[in-house]
Amino acid sequence: MSTRSDRIALPPVNAQRTNLACHFCIVGCGYHVYKWPENQEGGRAPQQNALGLDFRQQLAPLQVTMTPAMTNVITDGNGRRYNIMIVPDKQCVVNQGLSSTRGGQMATYMYTPTGVGQNRLKEPRIFTGDQWLDTTWDQALAIYAGVTKRILDQDGPSGLMFNCFDHGGAGGGFENTWGTGKLMFTALQTPMVRIHNRPAYNSECHATRDMGVGELNNAYEDAEVADCIMGIGANQYETQTNYFLAHWLPNLQGATVDKKKKWFPGETVAAARVIFVDPRRTPTIAVAEHAVGKDNVLHLDIQPGTDISLFNGLFTYVVEQGWIDKDFIKKHTTGFDEAVKANKTSLAECSRITGLSLDKLKQAAEWAYKPKASGHLKRTLHGYEKGIIWGNDNYLIQSALLDLVLATHNVGRRGTGAVRMGGHQEGYTRPPYPGDKKIYIDQEIIQGKGKMLTVWGCNAFQTTLNAEAYREVIHRRSNIVKEAMAKARGATTEQLVDVIYEAVSKKGGLYVTLIDLYPTMVMDAAHMALPAAHPGEINLTSMNGERRLRLSERFMDPPGSAKSDCLIAADIANAIKRLYEVEGNKKMAGRFTGFEWKTEEDAFNDGFRRAGQKGAPPIDSQGGDTGYLATYALLRQAGNNGVQLPIKEVKGGKLIGTEMLYTDNKFSTGDGKAKFLPAPWPGLPKPVQAQKDKHRFWINNGRVNEVWQTGYHNKFDHFVRDRYPMSIIEMNPDDAASLGIQSGDIVEVHNDYGSTYAMAYLERDIKPTHTFMQFGWYNGIVGDVVTEWTDRNVIPYYKGTWASIRKIGGAKDWQQTVSFKRRRYV
Amino acid sequence: MEGKFSRRDFLKLSGAAGAGVASIGLVAPAHAAEVGRATLPYPVKDFGKARALRVNTPVSFTYPDAASPCVMVKMGRPVTGGVGPDRDIVAYSVLCTHMGCQVSYEVSTKTFKCPCHYSTFDGEMGGQMVTGQATENLPRIVLEHNPKDDSIKAVAVDGLIYGRQSNIL
Repeated sequence: MSTRSDRIALPPVNAQRTNLACHFCIVGCGYHVYKWPENQEGGRAPQQNALGLDFRQQLAPLQVTMTPAMTNVITDGNGRRYNIMIVPDKQCVVNQGLSSTRGGQMATYMYTPTGVGQNRLKEPRIFTGDQWLDTTWDQALAIYAGVTKRILDQDGPSGLMFNCFDHGGAGGGFENTWGTGKLMFTALQTPMVRIHNRPAYNSECHATRDMGVGELNNAYEDAEVADCIMGIGANQYETQTNYFLAHWLPNLQGATVDKKKKWFPGETVAAARVIFVDPRRTPTIAVAEHAVGKDNVLHLDIQPGTDISLFNGLFTYVVEQGWIDKDFIKKHTTGFDEAVKANKTSLAECSRITGLSLDKLKQAAEWAYKPKASGHLKRTLHGYEKGIIWGNDNYLIQSALLDLVLATHNVGRRGTGAVRMGGHQEGYTRPPYPGDKKIYIDQEIIQGKGKMLTVWGCNAFQTTLNAEAYREVIHRRSNIVKEAMAKARGATTEQLVDVIYEAVSKKGGLYVTLIDLYPTMVMDAAHMALPAAHPGEINLTSMNGERRLRLSERFMDPPGSAKSDCLIAADIANAIKRLYEVEGNKKMAGRFTGFEWKTEEDAFNDGFRRAGQKGAPPIDSQGGDTGYLATYALLRQAGNNGVQLPIKEVKGGKLIGTEMLYTDNKFSTGDGKAKFLPAPWPGLPKPVQAQKDKHRFWINNGRVNEVWQTGYHNKFDHFVRDRYPMSIIEMNPDDAASLGIQSGDIVEVHNDYGSTYAMAYLERDIKPTHTFMQFGWYNGIVGDVVTEWTDRNVIPYYKGTWASIRKIGGAKDWQQTVSFKRRRYV
Repeated sequence: MEGKFSRRDFLKLSGAAGAGVASIGLVAPAHAAEVGRATLPYPVKDFGKARALRVNTPVSFTYPDAASPCVMVKMGRPVTGGVGPDRDIVAYSVLCTHMGCQVSYEVSTKTFKCPCHYSTFDGEMGGQMVTGQATENLPRIVLEHNPKDDSIKAVAVDGLIYGRQSNIL
């Protein structure tokens, strides 16, 4: 049989159809999953297939996205095989039928015994000291609970370290943040927890929250009616694709002028203009320039790490020009005068620090803030992400940006907003963190602290800062335990727990457990692995970047005995509880109660729906106090459009949500007034400056379009892996020539922190001495050269490191299989 | 057009999805009946002599039927999947695998670019997606070159053409 993908099976009209919000980026595009028996297919006539399309003839463009990658044949637990097709939902207001290259692969990534999913963890696995063995949940949990209890009893909760997701989408969701959170914070009560992408338990948005402005405060529709959109440190086309394509571009192209006229009678309206703040000319900027013309796109290509100065310069300028909302400032904010004083930066000074011309700075201020011909304030949407979240420095940049936003009243009015663009979807419901300070967990581990590390749905080996040093220490400490276990021949579970405890308490060892879909790079250092499940195999709720809550419905069984993270957390809690019950310790057993969940819905009802309710413990939930209104039944009914949190009411059996926050000018502070914060320009942090002084290249880094985060699925998918067999590093062609480097060559990137490897990809849009390296990919880890510096809240400056580059060699194979054509449309 | 590439064979396609494209010449049954086949029943389409192609000059045609616009290019150096005496002749469906908009060949970069959602495909690398929102590379028209008479024939399609359940309607 031919292996060419030149034919697929159509879903018959009676195929089962369920909803699935894409589990990758924050946008959360709506998809439909069709499932039907393997040996059947629908006919080509529109009334014969579930898509209702006429396949007897060539479809016209834009009718559908339906590719071989969107189909698969899965096997349920009962052994029955089914076709599945996962295609974008045209009725979903988020993506309107669009599909990205990531979400379009979801069917490919569902478990099959032969496809991408064959690499999944299917059963619990334990390392015997010599080899990995599949085992039962009971056996694995007996060891895990045994070691945990011993540490808890002997050393207290601080010996228990966790790297754990706190987001929505795959490997997250309200059910799973609650399950893991209740285990870590209520039952174990450990503060030694770090989040998936950063080395402490902290927010990425401390400043904006301190100022009273939650970071997801508008709706995607606001991008359709803004006068100006400022995209800051976010490469939207590649990282929030369909938000950009379905909501930004139509406005930039003038297709929403009528809507603006309707929404804002009497105001001057026109196609929006767009300003990008990014040292790099990103693929997004290229697309925007092509789509709407260079004259309507302004690229503020600032010097790396100078965002604070940029926003302070603009802030000072608009205050001088009077392009601010004095009435709003007076009635609804505090701290304005102090901020004006502290942030004062002349345009000349701003130009000197950022490297931008005075003309560009003035043009930006005019596009974004100069009142309209009709006399109204501009409606400017500010969308920011990792360029400033992982910039210099997180707290101060956000303060500087929000000062500018508040002065010009660009929050709480339709068409405005100061919002994260986002990475993952969100899905946070947890008991309060049991600590009063931020602990730099990576450093604690490097310093030999902690006895047990559970790595849950995340992978710091590929994504943390100072990553080489981090991996080195964990491997060394893990090996201490491995060696001890190897010597414990014939040990019973109880004896094994003794051996492990001795290794971690007396010899500096670290017992490592991985809970994940796949045996990731962390598996190399682990002693136990527990198999988790992802959306489609479980029911899961998450919210997207406009707080839109959806239920992704289970449509197939997880592989083997894999299960959702909340149920794994429950299993762990119940196993520890039994140990305490056996020894009659009612007090400790009591801490581990409340995990009697059979389904994800049980966990949802226990956490998200109990927040703020009478008799419930304190719960920090993105659903707020009205989360209880959202039942699985209502969410199922709401489909891919779901409801925007917070929920206001249930009306006629329908969930009614909130499109935009702060329309009443009541902000999330004690007095309800938004708060300006001082944000003076601090220069580069010392460790970063030290690398800059020694090394030639700025190693900017971030995601590329096709790869989702650490590539846990993608690395097994030939479509993505063939394209990116190794992390790419975009380099200026003249810089590359000076080092004898061509596209496809493998280079070493090295500085005082470590060295890593990448595949050179020459790109003329990269400025001399700048580079851009793929972040998070399994083959070539940029975090190896990122300094250990963090801001006051332990937020790293991933984007800010300097290193030297040398040519190692070339992979001849890749030069013949990987395209090195420009990743910029123009 | 030169040699045997007649205007009738290689209509310059424009607009949506090749609707209403005129007839194709030279389509014959693929194989004699006594030989079974493990692929869809693709027609064989004869394009005449390989040497008639000019370097980096795209030639439009339809395959496997009139509703499926394609482009053939002689790249001028050996490339992935290239056939002919210089292993440099390739052909692709030009309906973007994402949503079916017609990609256009850019001579200066030898890439195919989609105007709708900005996907780019590399003509020199088997139609590999350079960047974009598709989940598949461009469908490759499988070509055969006969060194004896220098003829170039299309015999199959590797990859699903947009907007079809099967490449053969």
